[in-house]
Order: sequence, then C-alpha cells, then structure tokens
Amino acid sequence: MTPILQIKAVSKRYGGLTAVNEVSFDVAKGEIISVIGPNGAGKSTLFKLISSFVHTSGGEVLFKGGKISDLAPHVVARKGVVRTFQETTIFRSMTVRENVIVAHHLRSKATLAGFFFGSATARADEAAFGASADDIIGFLGLGDIRDELASNLPQGHLRALGMAIGLATGPEVLLLDEPFAGMNHDETMRMVTNVRRLRDERGVTVLLVEHDMPAVMKISDRIVVINFGQKIAEGTPAEIQNNEKVIEAYLGSEDDAIGM
Amino acid sequence: MTNTNKIAGVAIFLLIVFVIVPWAIAASGRWDFYYTLTSVALLSIASAGVWLTFYIGRINIGQGAYALAGGYASAVLVTQAGVNFWLTLPLAGLFCAGLSVLIGVPILRLRGVYFAMITLVLTEVARLTALALPVTQGAKGVTSIPLPGELSLFGLTLIPDFATLENPKLAFYFMAVILMVASYATLYRIVNSRLGHLCRSLQQNEELASSIGVNVSYLRVLAYAISSFFGGIAGASFVAISQSIYPSSFQVADSVNFMLNCFLGGLGFVFGPMLGTLVLYFGWDLLFTTGRYQLLIYSSLLIALMVILPNGILSLNVLSGKRARK
Repeated sequence: MTPILQIKAVSKRYGGLTAVNEVSFDVAKGEIISVIGPNGAGKSTLFKLISSFVHTSGGEVLFKGGKISDLAPHVVARKGVVRTFQETTIFRSMTVRENVIVAHHLRSKATLAGFFFGSATARADEAAFGASADDIIGFLGLGDIRDELASNLPQGHLRALGMAIGLATGPEVLLLDEPFAGMNHDETMRMVTNVRRLRDERGVTVLLVEHDMPAVMKISDRIVVINFGQKIAEGTPAEIQNNEKVIEAYLGSEDDAIGM
Repeated sequence: MTNTNKIAGVAIFLLIVFVIVPWAIAASGRWDFYYTLTSVALLSIASAGVWLTFYIGRINIGQGAYALAGGYASAVLVTQAGVNFWLTLPLAGLFCAGLSVLIGVPILRLRGVYFAMITLVLTEVARLTALALPVTQGAKGVTSIPLPGELSLFGLTLIPDFATLENPKLAFYFMAVILMVASYATLYRIVNSRLGHLCRSLQQNEELASSIGVNVSYLRVLAYAISSFFGGIAGASFVAISQSIYPSSFQVADSVNFMLNCFLGGLGFVFGPMLGTLVLYFGWDLLFTTGRYQLLIYSSLLIALMVILPNGILSLNVLSGKRARK
C-alpha cells in the first residue's frame, strides 16, 4: 500500500540559509507521526512546505501519489491535507460554534450564489454544517463554551478550537503545529487523548510538530527527528530515545529531557 | 431580534421613505429636500460598497473612482450610443465591477494602510483619466444628457419617460430610494449568507481562511467587484439627475466621505453606512451657518464621535434595536 503522504527530498533555502535540506519520510494512513528537533531545526518550515504555505526549493510532497507541494494553501486543504496553527490563530470575533461552522466551507455543495438566494442545496448545507459543528464541538469537549466569543477563551480551549476548525474541513491528514505548546500537564494529557481519538474514531492521519517530549513519546507511532534542516533519525519512540545522534542533537540538555 | 420585529422594522422604514417623507415634503413645500434626500440615498449606495470592502478587512478610500467611472460609462452610452438610461445603469455597474477586477487582482494582495493608500490614489487616477481620454471629452465633461427615457417591456410601460413627468424630482427621489432599498437588501443578504461568513473569516484571519480551503484571492476580488458595482450604479444615477458629468464630479473628498459614512454609522452594522451618510450629509449642511469654522467644527465632531463611539452610531442600543439588525 502506498503511504498516504510522501515527503521526498524536500528542501527550502532562504538566500544562503538552508532551512530544510532534502528531508524524506513517509506517513502511512492512520498513523500518528511526530516531527521533533531542537529550536530552529526547520520543523516549522517543513510543516509549511507540506501545507504549501511556503514553496519548496527542491523535492516534492505527494498525497496519495499526487503532488501537493508548491500549490496554493486552499488547494491543498481542498485535497484533504489541512493544517492547524502554532499561534492561537482563530476567528477571534466569532463564537466557537461560528468558527467551526465557517470552517465547513470545503464541504459545501451549493454555490455562493445558491447561498445568496437560499437554494434548497444551500439550506441543506447550512443544516448539515450546524449538526456537524455541534458533533465536532461535543467530540472535543467544547460544548459548554459553544456560544462564547473566541477572543474570550483561555489558551487550552483555543488549541482545541483550532483543532475543531481543522477537523471541520473533513481532512484525511491533519497537520498539527505544536498542539501542546503552552499547556499544563492536565491540558496536555487531554489533548493527547483527543489526538488519539481523532485517529481512532475518525480515521484521520495525524502529523504533528512538537517540542513537548513526554507528550510526543506518548502519542506517536513513529518520530522523525530533524536538526539543522536535516533528518537525523526516524523510528518508534523507543528507538528514538536510545538513538545516539538524537541524544547528541539535544546535548546540553540531559538525557531525561528527551525521555520520560 | 425576532423575525416579526425585523419585518416591522423594515415596514416602518419603507413607510417612512415611500409615504411619510413625500407627504411631509408636499405639506411643508420644501421641494429642495427631494434633491438632498435623493443625494443621500445615492451616496449611501456607494457607501454600502465601501462597507463591503471593510467587511473583508480592507480600508477602501477609492469608491469615488468607481462612481466616476460608472457615471461616465452611463453618460457616454446615453449620449453617444443612444442607449436607454435604464439599460446603462446595470451596464455602468458591470463596467465598474469588471474594472475593479483588473485593478483588484494586483492591489488586493496589500493590506492595511498600503491598500488604503493605493485606493486613495485611484480617485485621482480616475479624474486624470477622464481629463485625458477623448471619449470623456476632457475638462468640458459630458453635458446636456437627456433625462431617463421610457422603459417598456413588450409594449408595457414600466417606467415613464422622465421628461414627460410633471415632477421629475419626485421620480428621481423614488428611483434613488428604490435603488437604495435594493442595494441594502442585497448587502444584507450577502452578509447573512455564507458569502458574508466567509468575508468575515477573511477579515479576521486570511491565513486561517486559506487553511480551511477558502480561495482567499478569489473571494477578495469578488467582494471588491460587488463593492465597485454599487459605486458604479450610484455614479450613473447621479449623472442622470445632474444631467452632466465632469472629471471633478467625484473627487478624493467624496471617496473619503464614503469611508467616513461607514465609520460613522458603524462597521459592524449593515445599515450603518445608510445612517452614516444621512447624518454626515445633513451634519455638514447644518454647520453651514458657522461659516469659516464649518470644517473645524465638523472635523472636531467627527473625531469626538469616533473616540466616544468607535463602533459607530448604531452601536448605541436605542437605534440598534430598531434598524441595525433588522
């Protein structure tokens, strides 16, 4: 079976600086895979390359065998590869529910003109979006705050909302950019459970970029480690913890910084 | 806001503009008010367009350019091609929409003050173009434009020839108000349909919008084209009333006013620009008696209003209950 996502020798150069250098790895369907690395290793750039928010300087990204790198971001989203954001990027002056509803855009069957004139398809779409939004909100445990304005939410809920927005698009692959950053232990554990359930209950393949080592070790099927823009290791959490190159890359921090 | 309240609000509004205002003018004999109110109605259409560009998160100070372009499109079609005015009205709007697509594709990539600056220049570019092109007849402008002719469909007269009317002022007033009502109904529908929700998503975060699959550049251009369509029909209607158009008919000051109307009425309310236009237009006229201090008082009041009511007049609850969210 071909992997759902193939990253093939992808590079990104900014002038003389090589942020990502010929990184390759595959993601199988239904997998949870994490990309880790020290600060400035090129994780975020790699993430943007996969979602076409940044164009490559070399190599390509394939989704189900078709190229998705160097396109417009909305085209990639349309194909089924959707990203969330590192910062608390949400629609601030909408309520939680409105955020999730608007994110259903990709699923609409009616045209914009249809929505304007209130055609039958459009009304069916609206009803379906509302129901699906409520479903997602319940799934991620945001039910109590569904009518709260997004700008009033605390950090932890914002992350969950970001994920709800991503989920509303109906993705096959969800790219999560540091979903655990700035969270306390309890929030992290709740998020870990949610990510697992995304895969187990909704069949979404998850690729995440993360700093939080304990969370990564707990959640990932496989881990890809990059340093100075290059892939230095790939394997299961257990393999990565004992990998000398990885330990070296994180040197300065103790061994336990990458382990449990 | 319940549905009955909304319908009642709309009904009261329609009653005022179509019955009470004409009655009051006839009773008081202040026929000059027709011209003023017609102007307010038409200016508020152009402002509605500007409001829509605000809704996608762009400050548009270039609506005057499209009003001018629409005005010339209609004037040239009527005087040189002999096209019926009623046909030139939508054509002028479409002309402006087409023009705005050509202009919008490159400039809508800009945000914030950069986009605002470019649009500010647009009005001046439009004026200079009108001066330079042979078809617009330079500084002489297009004058002696006939009044709107008869509009008939299958021999049935829908709109009589304005030249044969006893009171064309009243006819123009009705035309302007009907256009205004139609424009705001369209705007209201846009804002409350999915298109409006997507516009809001653009306003709040374009990156996130594209990540959920919204074709951001297409939507921006679409909203801008609709906005310019409004500008075009407003301009064309003005030309029909004044029966003339010059390169200076719409200037930078007009573009700025269209934007101020939106600010003043409230950017969060569909009917904000309508109220803003009314208040601003009459506010300026009322201050006329203060002579050379007119501009000083006017601008100080505007600044004060924006500080006290940053979300516009309609953010006052008294009014928002009635018209803002109908």
